[in-house]
Amino acid sequence: MQSNAALEYDYSVAKLYTYTAILFGFVGMLIGTLIAAQLAFPELNYLFGEYGTFSRLRPLHTNVVIYGFTVSGIFATFYYAAQRVLKVSMAESKFIMFVGKLQFALYLIAATAMVVTELMGITQSKEYAQMEWPLDLLIVVIWVLWGVAMFGLIGIRREKALYISMWYFIACFLGVAMLYLFNNMAVPTYFTSGSLGSIMHSVSMYSGTNDALVQWWWGHNAVAFVFTVPIVGMIYYFLPKESGQAVYSYKLSLLSFWGLMFVYLWAGSHHLLWSTVPDWMQTMGSVFSVVLILPSWGSAINMLLTMKGEWNQLTENPLIKFMVLASTFYMLSTLEGPIQAIKSVNAIAHFTDWIPGHVHDGVLGWVAFMIMAGLFHMAPRMFKREIYSKKLVEAQFWIQTTAVVLYFTSMWIAGITQGMMWRAVDEYGNLMYSFIDTVTVLHPYYAIRALAGVLYVTGFAMFAYNMIKTMTSSRELSEEPQFRSPMA
Amino acid sequence: MFHWLEKRPFFFAVGVFVVIAFAGLIEILPNFAEASRPVEGLRPYTVLELAGKEVYKKDNCIACHSQLIRPFKAETDRYGQYSLSGEYAYDRPFLWGSKRTGPDLHRVGNYRTTDWHENHMWEPTSVVPGSIMPAYKHQFKNIADLETAYAEAVTVKNVFNVPYGDDIKPGKAAWEAYKPKVLAEAKKIAADMKNKDVKDAVAAGKVPEVVALIAYLNSLGSSRYEAKK
Repeated sequence: MQSNAALEYDYSVAKLYTYTAILFGFVGMLIGTLIAAQLAFPELNYLFGEYGTFSRLRPLHTNVVIYGFTVSGIFATFYYAAQRVLKVSMAESKFIMFVGKLQFALYLIAATAMVVTELMGITQSKEYAQMEWPLDLLIVVIWVLWGVAMFGLIGIRREKALYISMWYFIACFLGVAMLYLFNNMAVPTYFTSGSLGSIMHSVSMYSGTNDALVQWWWGHNAVAFVFTVPIVGMIYYFLPKESGQAVYSYKLSLLSFWGLMFVYLWAGSHHLLWSTVPDWMQTMGSVFSVVLILPSWGSAINMLLTMKGEWNQLTENPLIKFMVLASTFYMLSTLEGPIQAIKSVNAIAHFTDWIPGHVHDGVLGWVAFMIMAGLFHMAPRMFKREIYSKKLVEAQFWIQTTAVVLYFTSMWIAGITQGMMWRAVDEYGNLMYSFIDTVTVLHPYYAIRALAGVLYVTGFAMFAYNMIKTMTSSRELSEEPQFRSPMA
Repeated sequence: MFHWLEKRPFFFAVGVFVVIAFAGLIEILPNFAEASRPVEGLRPYTVLELAGKEVYKKDNCIACHSQLIRPFKAETDRYGQYSLSGEYAYDRPFLWGSKRTGPDLHRVGNYRTTDWHENHMWEPTSVVPGSIMPAYKHQFKNIADLETAYAEAVTVKNVFNVPYGDDIKPGKAAWEAYKPKVLAEAKKIAADMKNKDVKDAVAAGKVPEVVALIAYLNSLGSSRYEAKK
């Protein structure tokens, strides 16, 4: 069965998801920039009538960047990398190819329906789980199809041992499946009321504090299994491939993977500190959040040490820059999170802009950097052309890095300022500030954050332009590059 | 062991699943029965209030407003008694939010009036100078979906044993019979409002979203507790 002839991999599904990652990335970040600007300049709320208010657009922003951009990026890199680490081509099985394409078609329908329903305000109002039950069912089908494709490819693989990236893709598949199912348990009211009202409406199976627990068990671990696990899987594949270096330590990979799997789920209750959730759960969430530094830093350090002795590549290859900075931001974000999960710090940080600040140093600096670097690495191999412009990649890198720094520094200051003002009392013990004082004081920071958004989305437009040019008009390559991606 | 697992995808997947499912079993399950009990004297939301809660969800107020008062003096001074688990027993979904761009609303019914909300939803800066909240004028025109709210009441009564009266039951006829009660409640709210279009609509049997929303906001706080006998 083994043959020495080079395998011809089939990237048709990976290409489709690359297109949607670019499209949804741009749209989602554009909406993000608009809502950031709305907080600084409220007149911008009235551009699109009732569909343009901050409140209506905010979940649209999060959903388009999570389920549009990030999930497309995950599927694109999966359909690219899984074939290569398993040493099997999608073209070898008509069935798996069909499943992959069907999954993409349904994904596109679900993503479009998501955008439409959220603009209309049809929502479960659970963060990152806004979609109503018919869409949830469609997503279950999409997810199962992904599982069929994944385990189908694994079933016909030639390389018997699963590479580290596959561990993370499998974990992403299982983790999201479990969490998504339980959090979205709901009863559609139409069927239980004798056909009354809207067919889209449902009520949650859980109430109050229970609903909060299940929701943040999901909310936190959606970050784990969408923004962390598959992205770590990506860097384990793309950094060694781009740099030509072997992964620094297998043992560290093991420790980080199993550590992350075991610890991450416990930390969900740190979103509910000082709430009506029992104290012991809050404490568990705090403690495990701090323990979480170990596996998170384990992966990041493993990646940085992979570059040992080859740091000159950092100056020569902008894709290495993206990936090294991504791991650095991952370290920053996974240190910041546990700090915020300490109960006394959380008392100040919770409900303030420090939280979106924390989220964005992770998603802008780590998730998006890694996905863009991955897609850049894939482009010359999928389209058999060199990357259109190295200068553009370099410029994009610096513009976006500046944007991330502006974003999180302004939100740190804003968050801590607000948290301190809420609790400030005068010499007689009376509250010093009315609520609106703590809003107006944030104006300059909101303006800086909006500027950061403009810079970041500009960088993303440069990425999109560079990718499109690479696909269509860049110089053709006669053979597949070994390691470093060629760029003009 | 790990080398062995890495060559056996099935056992690998089972291993991962056990490791990740473990935390949920231990952390979430034990509290379930305890936390869903209502505090004494708490009544469920009326159908109009449920319709208002849908408006709250539709325009996604949780993007900026929390409904969770933490047990700190600075918070109880600002918003009132800290929140208790049993107060949320009828909240499906929970609407605690995670960001306070605006103030907490868990007891807003105790210190704001229908009149204040009407002004605020029409033009927030008219009552809070410097506010960055958008105006929600479309809520004065859009009609609230009372039938879906009624369907929700029927559902939570039958599926989750929420204590509604016998007049909340499935079917079109039951809804038509119940509807006048909802309209009567809406009329009471509209009587305290000044917007003419809203008053006309309610008089004609159509309830604009803002009326339902105000009913819901007024219910956040002490008014949902029945007086002690």
